Amino acid sequence: MKIAKEAIVGTLESSDLLVKVAPNDSGILDIVIRSEVIKQFGKQIRRVIDQTLSKLEVSEGTIIVEDKGALEYAIRARVQSAVLRGAASEELNWEQLS
Amino acid sequence: MKVRRSMLFVPGDKPAMLSTAFVYKPDSVMFDLEDAVSPREKDSARLLVFHALRLPAYNDIETVVRINPLDSAYGLEDLEAAIRAGADVVRLPKTDSANDIRELESEVERLEKQYGRPVGETKLMAAIESASGVVNALAIATASPRMIAIALAGFDYLVDMRTRRSGGSEPELFYARAAVLHAARAAGIDAFDVVYGDVNDDEGFLREVQIAKQLGFNGKSLVHPRQVDLLHRAYAPTGEELEYAKRVIAAAEAAHRTGLGVVSLDGKMIDPPVIDEAEMVLSRAYVA
Repeated sequence: MKIAKEAIVGTLESSDLLVKVAPNDSGILDIVIRSEVIKQFGKQIRRVIDQTLSKLEVSEGTIIVEDKGALEYAIRARVQSAVLRGAASEELNWEQLS
Repeated sequence: MKVRRSMLFVPGDKPAMLSTAFVYKPDSVMFDLEDAVSPREKDSARLLVFHALRLPAYNDIETVVRINPLDSAYGLEDLEAAIRAGADVVRLPKTDSANDIRELESEVERLEKQYGRPVGETKLMAAIESASGVVNALAIATASPRMIAIALAGFDYLVDMRTRRSGGSEPELFYARAAVLHAARAAGIDAFDVVYGDVNDDEGFLREVQIAKQLGFNGKSLVHPRQVDLLHRAYAPTGEELEYAKRVIAAAEAAHRTGLGVVSLDGKMIDPPVIDEAEMVLSRAYVA
């Protein structure tokens, strides 16, 4: 899935996260994560984001995540929503979203 | 018998609430994709609810998803998310006729087949929010064998009736409550009373709970976690009621064992509806 335009999803409320995506033509996938719990859970957050992007076949773009202590399910949902908005995708492929 | 007293609404776009609603131990938790979610957040809320439904914490609690109406831009995708994630019940808002339920049923069946769920597994309930819905309540309640409950939604209904809530004895809701409840009982399904929106007014809430309980509603739709415990306490049988129910059931069991067709207690004959009532009292007493 190609990120074609900037998009933002989520909030900065506790247990939520804000995800911004933007196109990036350099051919690299640039992921920036800021989290209040980066020391304890940084690796897990990174793993969930990587898995989610990989399943959506996102291989280039800029992804900025501001985490406020969200659980895995919320991270997955917000990253998916941001990518779908950025890709201007109308069709939902539930296999990729599961 | 599944006890349904409390159906706790959880806004579909609030991760903090989606992942914690189970701790309040409502009988059913309802993830809302409709009125609680603004149009620009429908896509993201749908995915949050999709993933929240699969949290292990919800394995042991009845999950309900309130989808947007099927003729809206969101309804079908909401339904797809709910069925694929394994929601127990789909709640259709603004149900005006039996046809609304039949349309929903046919989409649910198609999606169950598509996603390998047993056909018929997903249950349905309807929220009645208009004069048409109230008038058609029996047809709605009996429109599908999947129907497990109907709920009266007061706000939209009263707008349709060109009035508003008065507090107190609420004559403006009398007919709708009675009609919805009769339809549910005739159909053999559950009935939920309206939400009480002022979450800081325990007294008003409990007054309304008493009306609902006395009329015979199974319970209420709830908009705040603190209402769950208040409602459960109000619906709990008193010690006296519990003791009597136990004696009725013991008498019925004794009559059954000895092959007697007639059940009697303290020299009085006990009719089958009294035994049913006793079973209901016991079921309310022994749920968490």
